Amino acid sequence: MNIYVLMKRTFDTEEKIVLNGGKINEDGAEFIINPYDEYAIEEALQVRDANGGEVTVISVGNEETEKQLRTALAMGADKAVLINTEDDVENGDQFTTAKILAEYLKNKEADLILGGNVAIDGATGQVGPRVAELLNIPYVTTITKLEIDGTNVTVTRDVEGDSEVIATSLPLLVTAQQGLNEPRYPSLPGIMKAKKKPLDELELDDLDLEEDDVEAKTKTIEIYLPPKKEAGRVLTGDLNDQVKELVHLLHTEAKVI
Amino acid sequence: MSRKVLVLGEARDGSLRNVSFEAIAAAKTIAEGGEVVGVLVGKAVSALGAELVHYGADRVVVVEDEKLTQYTSDGFAQALLAVIDQEKPAGLVLGHTSLGKDLSPRIAGRLSSGLISDATAVEVAGGNIVFTRPIYSGKAFEKKIVTDGLIFATVRPNNITPLAKEESKTGEVSSLSVEIKDLRAVIKEVVRKATEGVDLSEAKVVISGGRGVKSEEGFAPLKELAQVLGGAVGASRGACDADYCDYSLQIGQTGKVVTPDLYIACGISGAIQHLAGMSNSKVIVAINKDPEANIFKVADYGIVGDLFEVVPLLTEEFKKLKVHS
Repeated sequence: MNIYVLMKRTFDTEEKIVLNGGKINEDGAEFIINPYDEYAIEEALQVRDANGGEVTVISVGNEETEKQLRTALAMGADKAVLINTEDDVENGDQFTTAKILAEYLKNKEADLILGGNVAIDGATGQVGPRVAELLNIPYVTTITKLEIDGTNVTVTRDVEGDSEVIATSLPLLVTAQQGLNEPRYPSLPGIMKAKKKPLDELELDDLDLEEDDVEAKTKTIEIYLPPKKEAGRVLTGDLNDQVKELVHLLHTEAKVI
Repeated sequence: MSRKVLVLGEARDGSLRNVSFEAIAAAKTIAEGGEVVGVLVGKAVSALGAELVHYGADRVVVVEDEKLTQYTSDGFAQALLAVIDQEKPAGLVLGHTSLGKDLSPRIAGRLSSGLISDATAVEVAGGNIVFTRPIYSGKAFEKKIVTDGLIFATVRPNNITPLAKEESKTGEVSSLSVEIKDLRAVIKEVVRKATEGVDLSEAKVVISGGRGVKSEEGFAPLKELAQVLGGAVGASRGACDADYCDYSLQIGQTGKVVTPDLYIACGISGAIQHLAGMSNSKVIVAINKDPEANIFKVADYGIVGDLFEVVPLLTEEFKKLKVHS
């Protein structure tokens, strides 16, 4: 099977967000594979191991993204592709990314494309379905189980806590929800092998795309941090009195009850 | 400049979800005096049209078909695209629900349009329709505009105030016939787990339990409190990992994001991944035995104590309040 994974490099979840000149300051921040994309990579590897074929991990990013792609290779992916937009795209959005990915994928005859259901930084969840729409293939989002039998696919999907069992077929794009699997850690031999695995780097030119073709359709006009929360009140005294006071405060001061 | 804006109304168990009314309020702002048209897609949904009008839609277009009994992206996309083709709107709003998240990028992809997902506010500023949305799990916010295509957004439940309901308001409910073609992905079975009681993502009150709840039975006092307050029960990842409850209740970076009026965290330490799912709640109460627990840093009110003592006392006290008011 010809399997592709869409991967994004994101801020580590524990990073503190600092603004610098109206932008998120990335200096010194730790970057990781978007956690939902790790589920996608793991699932791709399991599908390959069960059905044969090849897993290619693709990312639209900059040269720093090579590190996360190497990690994906160390987990067991066969190939990686970096579409480096550093010189061509200044302010891309989800349209931009989806358009580039779809342009890359359109002649690849992918059987299965996997991605995370959302990235923890921008958190739009748009790119996967947009790519599927551009490639004109079906998609299922927030999946927690994937079973493949020939070209028939049964997918379990998380819908706000309920589960839907969906019958569909390859070619298909799915986006991973937590619970799909337990992503493996790269092994030491895996890390050694990853250094020799192919990692292709492309630019828009290589996809016959012009900057105008991928121009964003939204614009960020301001980024700001939420107002710092004042320290809350920890109540004191007899427990019964604390509870009474809390209910009183919620009713008269916070007015939420 | 006034413009026409469509709103997809979303039904669950035969009634409209609150987020649909919130989406109408957002659409009113975007329309700047123009027409707001409700859209209903389903098997037998036209009876819900009047309620969209009561909440501010000027009229409603309904697409009904046997094949639309359950949501599928193929079926609903065909229906909604047909309405868009007929109405030629300048704006479109959906709830940022499971359905909205799944469907909106496809519509945006087809129309080659911008899309602003998970908006928590919308305003007219400097001649633009400006949306606010959380990024980095609510650790920062961005203001965004659409520069090409429809003014298209999904709105996060519980953040935009719906317009007051006017039961006397009337508007046309018309139907559009759409031939729903092949569905490439069909639902074979739905396993319901989460939906006893109030929907977590739309609840005004959430009572949430962490590892301190200690067992599946330990959730009982939380459920009782939730019932008294008309709220929903949630959980931290720790409680889910320990098998005290189903993952469908999980709130956090992985899991649901909730912004209720009142969030009561019981026996939750307050790991950053949990805070990502609830820190934008309007009022946060923390109940924890450990006075150093991180959750107290984001709480508006805190009680240091054993949740198994505090929660039942709270339930009794709220019951008294309900009787008095």
